Amino acid sequence: MNGNPPDLAALRELARSVRLDVLEMTSRYGGHPSSCFSAVEILAVLYFGGILRYRPKEPEWPERDRFILSKGHAAPALYSVLARAGYFDPAELMRFRTLGAPYQGHPKQDLAIGIEVTSGSLGQGLSFGLGTVLAARLGRKDFRVYVLTGDGECEEGQVWEAAMAASHFRADRLTAIVDYNKYQQTGPIEREMALEPFAEKWRAFGWHVEQADGHDLGELRERLAALARVEGRPQALIAHTRKGKGVSFMERDYTYHARAPTGDEYLKAREELECG
Amino acid sequence: MRDAFGAALLEVARANPRVVALDGDLSSSTGMAGMRKEFPERFFNLGIAEANLIGVAAGFAAAGFIPFVGSLPAFLLSNAYDQLRLQVAIAGLNVKLLGSHAGVSTGREGPTSMSIEDFALVGGLPPFVILVPSDETMMALAVQAAAEHQGPVYLRSSRGAFPRIYGEGACPFRIGQANMVREGGDLAIIACGLMTGIALDAAAHLAEQGLQARVLDMHTVKPLDRQAIVSAARQTGAIVTAEEHLVRGGLGAAVAQVVGEEHPVPMRFVGIRDTYLESGTVEELMAKYGFSTADVVRSAREAVRAKKGA
Repeated sequence: MNGNPPDLAALRELARSVRLDVLEMTSRYGGHPSSCFSAVEILAVLYFGGILRYRPKEPEWPERDRFILSKGHAAPALYSVLARAGYFDPAELMRFRTLGAPYQGHPKQDLAIGIEVTSGSLGQGLSFGLGTVLAARLGRKDFRVYVLTGDGECEEGQVWEAAMAASHFRADRLTAIVDYNKYQQTGPIEREMALEPFAEKWRAFGWHVEQADGHDLGELRERLAALARVEGRPQALIAHTRKGKGVSFMERDYTYHARAPTGDEYLKAREELECG
Repeated sequence: MRDAFGAALLEVARANPRVVALDGDLSSSTGMAGMRKEFPERFFNLGIAEANLIGVAAGFAAAGFIPFVGSLPAFLLSNAYDQLRLQVAIAGLNVKLLGSHAGVSTGREGPTSMSIEDFALVGGLPPFVILVPSDETMMALAVQAAAEHQGPVYLRSSRGAFPRIYGEGACPFRIGQANMVREGGDLAIIACGLMTGIALDAAAHLAEQGLQARVLDMHTVKPLDRQAIVSAARQTGAIVTAEEHLVRGGLGAAVAQVVGEEHPVPMRFVGIRDTYLESGTVEELMAKYGFSTADVVRSAREAVRAKKGA
């Protein structure tokens, strides 16, 4: 799962497949499709772009890098990527949110299917990531920890508690990626609870900060690889993304945060993703 | 009790290299300071940020360590309940919480630092075990048991000293198995923590009045020793519960569910009646808010009267 230079065309195809999976899953069982769509390229690069070291058939491999989905409502995107990475059969994706299946609406920790952390109440993943990094250090292990947060999620105080502590403990094996899609449930984030100056906030907390176009696979890969070489301080990658990316009418309407397209909308979304 | 906790934690840490201490800037109060001194690489002060503290603990537990988290439940449970629920409880991670200075033991500090609802809060987190040692001998055993138990544990401690109940080597301790510390057939007093000693005092008074009280030290508030409760109900016919906690949602309420299901008998509940307390000494607070020895004696007599009247 690492070492080979990524074929960007293959990554683009994968991203398309993930979006189609997400559309199916959320249209059938509910969820947060547009919050998933903004994170697809990030997940594709992490799992298929040579960033994360992992063994899908040995999910508890102690040396594995950890990916923590702190913005738990993007679970469908993660499940899709995990299935395609080999953790379980992609046919299982249609058991999302169904009774008796492990694919909970929001992630519940379950290493067998590749889920490192329980999430859904926002703001918690970075703390878990810090604890994991400190434990790795104590156990003389070398793996890295990547935490994907939302932008609205950074309104939670706990994120900044973790940021302060991570810097204090010089947790340089910890990388936070912010899916900065500029919208939260109620509307544009600048209108509801402005984050700017955002990069400056992370820098003020002692983090090494970079920014990237969150849908540019090549740029994401370059930035993430470079961040892994930073020493002495944790790193934050602010990924500028579009909520609902991939389906035109979803990109323009933030109410798809908590509802999936149905009926005609679903058909239109499908068509755009298949042909786009 | 905190010194007993601190000494016991060191013992456990010496024997098991996976034990780590996570602190919310209170180690000089909670008894964890010894860990900082003896195992500095296994001690982490995460500062005054309880939500992050629990998340970090979860990370350690998931990576195979046994984290003991030290704080006051008044700060920890309320501040980090979301994190406890999601990160620790839902996943059932192996995190051990030390609830230091619990109950009303902070006394003159006032109501904000008292935790009179911790059984109710932790009781609402299904996989958690709740241990409430009644003296220093038991505290040492409880810390050991907590470390060995697979799954999350809440261990209640106190700022002050509890009168000695068990001699060295004379304290049976198994999670979920109450200790009968006094035999008696007229009623049973089911207590935990500080109130176990109070229950024994009350039993002595009751004996002078011709009533023989069985006293059960229900040190494991969750899961309860159902068998001991049912035997007490069957064999004595009246039950009084006593706790340094709100009556609502505490030990008594949980015991009442068992009694109601299995063998209904008259019950009385000694504890704090739906109010916050105030600055004062522990003795003053117990007298004013109704959970002193005299209150246990009075409740016992009422429970016995109720059984005869039935």
